[in-house]
Amino acid sequence: MIAQFLYGGAGILLFALGLWSLLVHAPLLRKLIALNIMGAGVFHVFIAIAHRGDALPPDPVPHALVLTGIVVAVSATALALALNSRLEQGENEPEPASSPSPGPRIHMQPALSTEPSSKGATHP
Amino acid sequence: MNRDLSLLIGILVALLAVVLLWVFHSTLALDPGQRLASLAMERLPETGVSNPVTAVLLNYRAYDTLLELGVLLAALLGIWSLGPPRPGFQRAGPALAAMVDWVVPLAILTGGYLLWVGGHAPGGAFQAGALLGAAGVIMRLAGHANAGLPSETWQRWLVVLGAGVFTLTGLLLAFTGYGFLTYPPGQAKWLILLIETAATLAIGVTLAAAYVGGRPQPTAPPPPPLVTSASAEADR
Repeated sequence: MIAQFLYGGAGILLFALGLWSLLVHAPLLRKLIALNIMGAGVFHVFIAIAHRGDALPPDPVPHALVLTGIVVAVSATALALALNSRLEQGENEPEPASSPSPGPRIHMQPALSTEPSSKGATHP
Repeated sequence: MNRDLSLLIGILVALLAVVLLWVFHSTLALDPGQRLASLAMERLPETGVSNPVTAVLLNYRAYDTLLELGVLLAALLGIWSLGPPRPGFQRAGPALAAMVDWVVPLAILTGGYLLWVGGHAPGGAFQAGALLGAAGVIMRLAGHANAGLPSETWQRWLVVLGAGVFTLTGLLLAFTGYGFLTYPPGQAKWLILLIETAATLAIGVTLAAAYVGGRPQPTAPPPPPLVTSASAEADR
């Protein structure tokens, strides 16, 4: 039983580390890695639960579920990476039509210039 | 993020981990009770395979595996819909190229072995497909922009092959009176092998295409030639 507890407990620790990293770090790539670490932790727990009594053979159903889960995790990660790199592409190369942006700038400048004057008006 | 807030989150997550560890420990101490394993083992001789994990994946819970192939296909279609891929890596130097020449055929051969051995020992379509995908990744890293994949039309056929053969087999069984994905006795082994072979090819192509990371181009551009002073002199 001690071996199962160590294996599954390591899975729970991985899950907690991944959860912390997912919540604390802002970059999408780090969140994605954190999610994958959480998934690995869940797989650990499943594998540990599959082998209960030492005399009995391990339960094949959790093993099959883990195999299914790995494939789903890999494909979801691939899709998320593709979305992330597309997002970064959009941030790095702003579209030529909107980058000079005469419209927004004209709107911005009066707003910026009125801000101090309005502040001055409210704090006489 | 605010330092105090991240510390607070850390403490809360650590508390959660302690609670989970305690629950897990007390679960392990309990009597295992009724397990699905005994039922799965009891009917194993009827499934056509002797590896219980393959029996669960391709026989007891074949629906799951079919939907899983659907998930893979959906993810790849999502990646393809995001536009063309980035250009490949530059062509490998002679040492890496020689290693790739050895490793890629070996990976394909091992994939075939894993596909066959999945019937009676750890292995199966997903492991074999993962190796095929890895062979594709290695080829792209070594400068083959297309990751060794065939033309666009072939790629489209190959990625639907897994889910397609699976569904067609199920429908054929349903129309012949056995029920969707209920294998007739005695035929299970060959039907499972057929489905797994198609799934292996589809998984391998899907993973490699996902690594390329974009809609396949109608004609792949040839890899840029390696221009070094040594090769230029050797040409003369």
